[in-house]
Amino acid sequence: MSWLGNLKEKVGTPSQWYSDFTRTPVWKSIFRHKLPNDPKNRALVVLTNVFLHLHPVRMRKQGLRVSYTWCMGGISFFLFLSLTVTGILLMFYYRPTAQHAYPDMLDLMESASLGIMREMHRWGAHLMIITVWLHMLRVFLTGSYKPPREFNWVVGVLLLVLTLLFSFTGYLLPWDQLAMWAVTVGSNMARATPMMGAEGPGMQLMQLGDVPLITAGSDVRFVLLAGRFVGEGALLRFYVLHCLGIPFIFVILLAVHFWRVRRDGGISGPGKGGKLAL
Amino acid sequence: MIELLKTFMNGLFQPSIALTLTIVAVAAMYRYRRIVTQNKLVASLVVASPVLFFAISAFDENFWIQFKRPDNIPIAGMMFLVVFFTWFALKLAVDNDDRIREGRPPKEAEPEEEEKVFVWPDLVYSELLCLLLVSILLVVWSILIPAPLEEPANPQLTPNPSKAPWYFLGLQEILVYFDPWLAGVVIPTFIIIGLMAIPYLDTNPKGNGYYTFEERKSEVFLFQFGFLVLWVFLVFEGTFLRGPNWNFYGPYEYWDAHKLVPLTNVQLSEFIWARWLGIGLPSFWLVREFFGIVLMLGYFVALPVWLASSFLRKYFEQMGMFRYVIFSHLLLWMILIPIKMYLRWTVNLKYFVAIPEFLFNI
Ligand code: HEM
Repeated sequence: MSWLGNLKEKVGTPSQWYSDFTRTPVWKSIFRHKLPNDPKNRALVVLTNVFLHLHPVRMRKQGLRVSYTWCMGGISFFLFLSLTVTGILLMFYYRPTAQHAYPDMLDLMESASLGIMREMHRWGAHLMIITVWLHMLRVFLTGSYKPPREFNWVVGVLLLVLTLLFSFTGYLLPWDQLAMWAVTVGSNMARATPMMGAEGPGMQLMQLGDVPLITAGSDVRFVLLAGRFVGEGALLRFYVLHCLGIPFIFVILLAVHFWRVRRDGGISGPGKGGKLAL
Repeated sequence: MIELLKTFMNGLFQPSIALTLTIVAVAAMYRYRRIVTQNKLVASLVVASPVLFFAISAFDENFWIQFKRPDNIPIAGMMFLVVFFTWFALKLAVDNDDRIREGRPPKEAEPEEEEKVFVWPDLVYSELLCLLLVSILLVVWSILIPAPLEEPANPQLTPNPSKAPWYFLGLQEILVYFDPWLAGVVIPTFIIIGLMAIPYLDTNPKGNGYYTFEERKSEVFLFQFGFLVLWVFLVFEGTFLRGPNWNFYGPYEYWDAHKLVPLTNVQLSEFIWARWLGIGLPSFWLVREFFGIVLMLGYFVALPVWLASSFLRKYFEQMGMFRYVIFSHLLLWMILIPIKMYLRWTVNLKYFVAIPEFLFNI
C-alpha cells in the first residue's frame, strides 16, 4: 500500500494546508503578519487590522476582568451590530406605508423561511437597552467618569439617549395597535413643550400680532409626526430616522466613544489609569 | 390562606407602600452592606428575590396574564439583572473598603493587576466568548418566544390602557403627578442634563477606577436612588401594576376596566382659600396662586440657600457657587418627584401652582 503513503505525503495534513495557504500572495496581501503567537505578531495583528485597531496592543490585566467591566459595553456594541444585520434583512421585506406595513409584517411572520429575524431584532433591542443601562451603572460605580474620562461619560449619555430613540422610532414600524398607541402616548408629550408645543406654557407669547405662531399644525409635535396625529407621515418619518438618521449619528458617536476609551488611558483603573496616554 | 396572602401582597404593592419599601430596601442594602454581601443566606435571598417573586407569582392566573406578554419578559429579566449587578458591585466595594481600611490598596491596584497583557489573544478571546454567549441567548429566546403583533393600527380605537414603550413608563407614571410640560419635556431634559453633568459636579477625587462605597457614599446612594427607585421601580410599576385607565392593580388582581377609583384631587389654592380660610377662590390668578408661588420660590430659591449653610454645607464648600447652584436644583427637582407622589397619595394634592390661564401647573 505504498501508493497510499505516497498520496498522503502529496496531499499533506490540514495544518500543512494552512501553512501553505498562509504563504500564498492572496493571504499575504490581506494579513500583514504571521500567526499571532509571539509578541511582535500579536502587536501587528491588532495594529494592522482595522476592526481590531480600536483596541490598544497591550492593556492592564485589570481592564480584562469581566468582574470589573461586566463586558456590558462590549455586549451593547455587539447587540448593536446584531441589530444592524437583522435590521437590514428586515428592510428587504418591509414597506413603510400605511397600506403595506402591517401586511408586510404578517407576510414576514408567515412566509419568510427561518423567520426569527423579527424576534432577534425585537428581543435584541430590549436587551440592548438593559445592557446599556447596566454599562452606565458599572461606569458609575467604578467612578470611571472621573478625570480624565468626563467627556466620554457625556458621549455615553448621548449614546443612551440615541439607544432609546432607536427603540422608540422602531416601535411604530409594525403598525399595529401597540405601535400606534405607544407612539401616540409618547409623542403627545411634545404638545406640551414650553413655547414650542400647542398646549405648552408660554405658547401664547409666540404670536406675531394677532397670528399665533404655535398651533397644532405647526408645533414640535407636528414636526415630529408630519401631521396632527400618528399617521402615514409619521410612519415614514420614523422609518427614515430609525434606519438612517439615528444610525448615522449613533455610529459617529460610537467612534468617538471607543476612540476616547483608548485616548483616556484605556479601561479605568486606580493606578496610572488617570494619566493621558498617547 | 393563599387568598389572604395575595390580598396582603396586593396591599403591599400599593404605590405608596411599594415606593416606600423600595427606598427602605435600597437604603438597608447599603446600610447593612456587610451582612448583605457576606452572609451567604442573606446574599442568596437578595439576589434571588426577583426570581422568587416572578416564579411564585407566575402561578397566579392574573399575574400570569401580564407576565406572559412577550414584551414583559425582558422587564422581568431586567429586574433580576439590576438587583444582581447592584449586589455584585456592592460586594466588590465592600471587599475593597475592607482592604483600604487595613491600609492596603484596592484589589484593582494589586501589582499583578497592573501587569500589561496582550490584547490578542486575551481580550479578543473573552470578547468572542461574550459574543457567543449573547448570540446563543438571543437565538434561543427568539426561537422560543415569537414577537407579538396586535391588531392593525386603528386611530379610532384607543386601547385601554395605552402605554408608552416600557422604558418610558417611569415618565408616564410621573405624568400622573406632573403636567405634561414637566413630566414629558422638562423632567426628561433635566434627567439628560443631570446625567451629563455628573462628572463635572462630582468633585470627589476618590473612587476613580475601582469599586468602593465608603469613599463616595452619598454619590453612590444618590445615583442608585435615581436609578433603582425613580427609574427601575417605576418601570416595574408601570408594566405590572398599572392597568386600564392607568389605575393601580395589585400584582394578583384582575385588570377590571370598570374599577372605580375616586378622583378627589385638590389644588393647593383650594386647600388654602376654600378649606382653611373659608372665603372661596379669588378670581385673579396671581392672588389665587399666591401661596403656591411663594412655596415654590421657597423650595427652589430659599431652600438651596438654607441647605448650603446646613446639610449641604460640605458640598457647597467643595463645589463652589456655580456647581452648587446647578447641583442643588437638579437635586431638588429629583426630590420633588417623590414629594409630589406622596402628597397625592396622602392628601390628594393635585398642583402646588395651577394657572390654567397660561397652561402652567406645577
Ligand atoms: C450604545 C451604547 C454604548 C456602547 C456600545 C458603549 C461601549 C463601550 C465599550 C465597549 C467600552 C469599553 C469598556 C467596557 O466595555 O465597559 C465603554 C467604556 C465606557 N463607556 Fe460606554 N458604551 C455605551 C454607552 C455608554 C453610556 C450610556 C455611558 C455613560 C453614561 C458610557 C460611558 C462610558 C465610559 C465613561 C467608559 C470608559 C470606562 C472605563 O474606562 O472604565 N457608555 N463603552
